Amino acid sequence: MGEHIHLTVNGTERDLDVEPRRLLVQALREDLDLTGTHVGCDTSQCGACTVHVDGRAIKSCTMLAVQADGSAVTTIEGMADGATLHPLQNGFWEKHGLQCGFCTPGMIMVAADLLARNEDPTDDEIRHAIEGNICRCTGYQNIVAAIRHAAATMRDGAAAPVGA
Amino acid sequence: MTDVLDAPTGNPFGKRIKRVEDPRFITGEGNYLDDIKLASMAHMAILRSPYAHANIRSIDTSAAKAAPGVLWVGADIPYNPLPMAWPAGGSAGLQNNINTPRVLATDSVKWTGEGVAAIVAETEAQAFDALDLIVVDWEPLPTVVDAEKATQAGAPQLHENAPNNIVFEWSVGDKAGTDSAIDDAEVVVRQRIVNQRLIPNSMETRGDIGWYNPGTDEYTVWMSSQTPHIQRLLLTAFVTGIPEHKVRCISPDVGGAFGSKIFCYADMALTMFTSKALGGVPVKWVEGRRENYQSTIHGRDHITYLEIAGKRDGEVTGLRVKTLANLGGRLSTIGPGIPTTLYARVLSGCYKIPNVYAEVTGVYTNTTFVDAYRGAGRPEATYVIERAMDLFAAEIGMDRAEVRRRNFIAADKFPYENPSGLGTASGGAKIYIDSGNYEPAMDKALATVGYADLAAKKAEAKGRGKLLGLGLSTYIEVCGVAPSKWIGAVGEGWGAAMWESSNIRVHLTGKVVVTMGTQPQGQGHETTYAQVVAQELGVPMEDIVVQHSDTQGTPFGYGSYGSRTSSVGMTAAIKAAGKVREKARKYAAHMLEASPEDIEVEGANYRVKGSPDKVKTIQEIAFALDLAFDTPEGMEPYLDETSYYDTPNCTWPFGTHIAIVEIDEETGHVELVRYVAVDDVGKKINPMIVDGQLHGGIAQGVGQALWEGAVYSDEGQLLTGSMLDYALPRAAWFPNIELDETVTPSPVNPIGVKGVGEAGAIASTAAVANAVIDALSPLGIRHLDMPYSNQTVWRAIQSAKGGQA
Repeated sequence: MGEHIHLTVNGTERDLDVEPRRLLVQALREDLDLTGTHVGCDTSQCGACTVHVDGRAIKSCTMLAVQADGSAVTTIEGMADGATLHPLQNGFWEKHGLQCGFCTPGMIMVAADLLARNEDPTDDEIRHAIEGNICRCTGYQNIVAAIRHAAATMRDGAAAPVGA
Repeated sequence: MTDVLDAPTGNPFGKRIKRVEDPRFITGEGNYLDDIKLASMAHMAILRSPYAHANIRSIDTSAAKAAPGVLWVGADIPYNPLPMAWPAGGSAGLQNNINTPRVLATDSVKWTGEGVAAIVAETEAQAFDALDLIVVDWEPLPTVVDAEKATQAGAPQLHENAPNNIVFEWSVGDKAGTDSAIDDAEVVVRQRIVNQRLIPNSMETRGDIGWYNPGTDEYTVWMSSQTPHIQRLLLTAFVTGIPEHKVRCISPDVGGAFGSKIFCYADMALTMFTSKALGGVPVKWVEGRRENYQSTIHGRDHITYLEIAGKRDGEVTGLRVKTLANLGGRLSTIGPGIPTTLYARVLSGCYKIPNVYAEVTGVYTNTTFVDAYRGAGRPEATYVIERAMDLFAAEIGMDRAEVRRRNFIAADKFPYENPSGLGTASGGAKIYIDSGNYEPAMDKALATVGYADLAAKKAEAKGRGKLLGLGLSTYIEVCGVAPSKWIGAVGEGWGAAMWESSNIRVHLTGKVVVTMGTQPQGQGHETTYAQVVAQELGVPMEDIVVQHSDTQGTPFGYGSYGSRTSSVGMTAAIKAAGKVREKARKYAAHMLEASPEDIEVEGANYRVKGSPDKVKTIQEIAFALDLAFDTPEGMEPYLDETSYYDTPNCTWPFGTHIAIVEIDEETGHVELVRYVAVDDVGKKINPMIVDGQLHGGIAQGVGQALWEGAVYSDEGQLLTGSMLDYALPRAAWFPNIELDETVTPSPVNPIGVKGVGEAGAIASTAAVANAVIDALSPLGIRHLDMPYSNQTVWRAIQSAKGGQA
């Protein structure tokens, strides 16, 4: 059935047969069981489905799986290095940057994209960068603090182990 | 502010402790409804009405039944209509004209989005594809979406049993006294104000998985719900007729709720029905966002006529309010309770207004049903009274803060019975405002923003082409709902109780399992319950696990909403911990050959008074008592205790929020430039989590004032039907919110907490609205309805200036 595609997902080679209409987020969640990437809307507004494709943050509800053929995809499940949390994951934990947690994976992925381009963003730059991601719980303030915390950690070259 | 802590080993109560639930959420290992996959699971899609009002002549499902992958197609489910558990109550002889949804509508639909047929297929895509093959013969009918128009002569009629579309006409307070206070007043200000309809927008939509086990004749229903215990009760006793003990309800991780997931929804029953019809295939249904906008409840939607009366010296002597509450096409689970008990009984807010009278009319319209959304009645009440205080102050030419100060309930007047029936409608449960001290919170907020320099700030902004405005909201809220004999027995609520429950087991290895009847949706209960129990039992937090949200394995509870978990739910946990401690003390006495009265407890240590060496830890006690090789006569094995706690009263947080906005005179654009909140939520279990709750609540309330609003066309089409059209607050639209506190412990519960889940949303809408009107007041504008979009504000400015608008 459908089209054959080849992806590198979180460093692992994956081969899939998908219907042409299958969205990348559906392929990740349903076919690869990577359910950390969430679906929050059906109009590309909320950003809960944000992942990285070839190093750039994209909304995976707005990309067909076949369009990602041959690409490297990183999801929230690929952010920690074994037992060591990514500084953004640690920042969200330290700064209470999440409540219900549903938007969190997308927020972390979009923030990682920002920090790859700007290692020391201002609050305004952070707020602008996450404007395509909606959080209904936090009022964004602690998300901004979490990203700032992560940026500082990454500039220092440090990372914290899980459970820290 | 101190740094957050990893779980400390002693005295965690009141500390900023990192949440224990976070690791799974930050790594993508959360388990939300749509993440659950069961073997052989099928998928359901629901055909929803494209018309806001129509008769159904026929439904032809034959083509859909033949579509690829389709397992089941149906309409007209033989279950009872959904229950409505909270009729408007309190007034003698009050009639509620009740109409609730069926699991699938049969004869007619009353709003766009009401479900009429359903399909179960092997895949979600197949189910949706087949929806297009169902043919419905519709007979469209005239529509009405506005509550005021719906009650006027000649309006389309929705239900035979509700003439003029009226659900109920309810009143509260002293009519004669209020009428004469207004007739005799030096000053009366009147204003029509609209509290617009909102869509709750939890980031996770709703969903269910129903699974019928033919081997045991039992059902399991996973649901994204705030109330799994209540849903088991409602789905069995009222909807399906299935015995309660044959159903288990589980809420997995819930991705936000804000009230919208309290209620009994048709889809829950539909997944149960179809799973059984398919012989035990698990059936999953996950709501799409546009579907969520049409078929999960909305909030607010009041049209209010307010009259505030008083003296020129600033004393307010009367408040008369008439409100039309739009409840939608049929009633949601507690729809009528929100604009009555939770709204009109607290209209006088934190003020000692002697005469208050309110009439509330509940109205059917061809719109999505309306029920509790964060704050639920109290934001609407706060908006009325806080706008009224500003209107009154402007009329008499007195400073807004001074008018508030003049009318605050004084700190020595608590407990305070307000004039809206709290003290008399309670069926013997005395409902009163527990404690308060309103002036210090306001003074702190005024000092923080430099209120004395406001005129200079306005002049400076004017020089930049900006109209600066400052708005106050001195709010109170009712939390910790509620004493059962108030909320249940006398028709003021659920028609059920509102106590809470908790069970604590100290296992043989000293590890502790806490279960409870409440249900978190992001509030961090796994952390805060552990903090409370660790404090009470002296065990390390890491030795405690908090389990919840599964009717199998947790005691019955009413769930989390109404800011009730800390004050009611955690008091149950404290009571259960107390029972554990008392049993441990008795067993320690047995182990140490002392009398129980001589055992003193300090943290985890149970020690014989005066003999510091004779001591057993709770872990040693649990080990011995759980093995029970040697128990005294009459003592049962195991440290396992449950408490059911019915609160004697509600709790009443308060505070002052101040918003400062700048409006661009050329474009009408409103920018929130500063937000200061001084909240008094009593004592705090985890101040980090309290701050987060305030941030989020404030953002939602600001959203209502500036951006959000559900809009229907006259034909009943939801024009704001997706996130493209409904303006949800985004990160770049906010300044950093500045929080501060006063602390007035509640005397209602042993830990002095008041609750905080809704405070931000209750206070902030009025603060921002008052700021916008303050900014526009030099143009002669004294009121404007929300949301303050560029267009709305620009038109108001142009109109005031006499230009084209």
